[in-house]
Amino acid sequence: MTPLQPFSWARFVAIARKELVQMRRDRLTFAMIVGVPILQLVLFGYAINADPKQLPTAVVDHDRTVFSRSLVQAVANTGYFRVVAVPAGEDAADRMLERGRAQFAIVVPPGFGRALQRGERPALLVAADATDPSATGNAIAALTTLGAAALRHDLSGPLAALAPPPGPFEVRLQRRYNPEGVTQHNIVPGLLGVILQMTMVMMTAFAVTRERERGTFENLLATPATPLEVMTGKIVPYIAVGFAQATIILAAAKLLFDVPMLGSGALLVACMTLFIAALLALGFTISTVARTQLQAMQMTFFFFLPSLLLSGFMFPFRGMPGWAQALGEVFPLTHFLRVVRGVLLKGNGAADTLPHLWPIALFMLAAAAVALLRYRRTLD
Amino acid sequence: MDRVIDVRGLTKRFAGRTVVDAVSIAVARGEILGFLGPNGSGKTTTIRMLCGLLRPDAGEGTCLGFDILHEAARIKREVGYMTQRFSLYEDLSIEENLDFVARVYAVPRRREAVEAALERLGLAARRRQLAGALSGGWKQRVALASCLLHAPKLLLLDEPTAGVDPGARRDFWAQIHALAAEGMTVLVSTHYMDEAERCHRLAYIAYGKLLVTGTAADVIAHSGLSTYVVGVAGGDERQLAALASALAQERGVTTVVPFGSTLHVSGTDAAALDGVRDRYAASGAQRWRRAEPSLDDVFVRLTQQAEDNYA
Repeated sequence: MTPLQPFSWARFVAIARKELVQMRRDRLTFAMIVGVPILQLVLFGYAINADPKQLPTAVVDHDRTVFSRSLVQAVANTGYFRVVAVPAGEDAADRMLERGRAQFAIVVPPGFGRALQRGERPALLVAADATDPSATGNAIAALTTLGAAALRHDLSGPLAALAPPPGPFEVRLQRRYNPEGVTQHNIVPGLLGVILQMTMVMMTAFAVTRERERGTFENLLATPATPLEVMTGKIVPYIAVGFAQATIILAAAKLLFDVPMLGSGALLVACMTLFIAALLALGFTISTVARTQLQAMQMTFFFFLPSLLLSGFMFPFRGMPGWAQALGEVFPLTHFLRVVRGVLLKGNGAADTLPHLWPIALFMLAAAAVALLRYRRTLD
Repeated sequence: MDRVIDVRGLTKRFAGRTVVDAVSIAVARGEILGFLGPNGSGKTTTIRMLCGLLRPDAGEGTCLGFDILHEAARIKREVGYMTQRFSLYEDLSIEENLDFVARVYAVPRRREAVEAALERLGLAARRRQLAGALSGGWKQRVALASCLLHAPKLLLLDEPTAGVDPGARRDFWAQIHALAAEGMTVLVSTHYMDEAERCHRLAYIAYGKLLVTGTAADVIAHSGLSTYVVGVAGGDERQLAALASALAQERGVTTVVPFGSTLHVSGTDAAALDGVRDRYAASGAQRWRRAEPSLDDVFVRLTQQAEDNYA
């Protein structure tokens, strides 16, 4: 009697080969593996802009002096405002805001120039459609520094005394790692994590449920294959898929978006392997709980949405309250985003990366343990 | 006796409902046991407990000499199990399916084994065809071939011939008998009475309870049933149908089963049944002929009895 092996390499290879052949035959899945990263890259990469400029602006100029004209010109020169209309009164400007035809309404009150010359510090009214704070935030910030520079040219000669005095100290700002504030440099590396998360979790979530739905699971259970062999055999082919996707995304990041890649490639590959393994373990866990592919899909999205929203991919992580940050820390995506942005943009090394790796490893071990416990050798 | 299957008191409950109730089965080496019973009677559940796919809630015993409760892993290696539903991978070719099974069971000299199986099936030329594209009869043949690749000592076949044409069924049974002659033990569930008669022994289960076991002759002899074949003069179908419903109401008649242009009328009380015959035959419109009850008559009666007792 030959002894029972706890892990048979031959059985693992048999299952992995079968998965690869099935994956190759399933044209739709295969198209998704290549199509999803490209589609998401183009949509997110080209479409998302966290620093919107050229916002439509209505200007009501009751003053019509050289000062008001200079001021309006200076506002336009910030790049954040585009004057789309010059209505006669505030009512018309308000209606434009209401209807969404203008994001800003700037009103220069009558006698602005005269009051300015007398040193009365006249008020300039700027009304913003601030329903979406992130759409107006940077533009408003640009306005606050306007006063100092806008009228420098006009306040000369006898009016020079009105020019604002220099502040008691100077602020020197360094925008590090992404000095031009290019949104893509932040979004595209993040997409690497988001795309991997979506395809990896979903594909493995289907791995066992598909067999259950098609009736092949009973046969697989009747064979001597152990849970560990089935799990690894089904997961390993998808690691290869994950790397294929990562290659597509990184190539596009370089060629299309010119994302800087400062850190070590080997370090990135190592971190990616851990991240992919964690996602696959989670996907396999889902597939042992879900009875049908539809359930597996629903559970994937149940995980996917909070992970996406709380990871810091779409909204600044530090903007969230403490409990949300704590929840966000659970997701591997949160940590992988820090790793990939750190390695690519900041040139982080292994020592800088380590604090973000162990939470991913912990997640993977927990998911794999649940999967092995949940995977039943029987049909009970 | 060398018992390949020897289980006692197997019981399985799903959500408080007893699906299999204290079933005991013994099957000797080289024997073909036919497993019969109406739909939902617990046949599939019993087979799944035998090969370790389900854990019994009660009961004990051995399969191939291994404990069914604790040595399921060893049992799995030496059992060929063919599920009720076709469960090869439809998106793999015939050859890939066989190769996968051979790898998982670590079949020695795998390539030759797969090649030989393809030759035996006569599918060597169609090896690259996807299994999902096969007709019902061919699916069944490929599924059986894949069960046999690892040279199991016990075959568990769950309604293997459902939806298969008579020619393929005949070939299938010829193969089963050839295997049994070489020492293979077979447990096969079926709904077909002609297949039941091809088995060495039968086990009949209804509502989770094993009602009777034995050879076809034993089962008939111990049924205590007496049967008449009743024909109507001229073979008028409407008259026959009217007679059938009239007879079914009679005391002493337990089952009335139409058989072509005749009725099989059976009862457990021979004297009472004779009384019925005397009354009806007196009219001269029918021919009553005493006959051996068929397996069908016996099983219809057993199911009725089980319904009365347990349902």
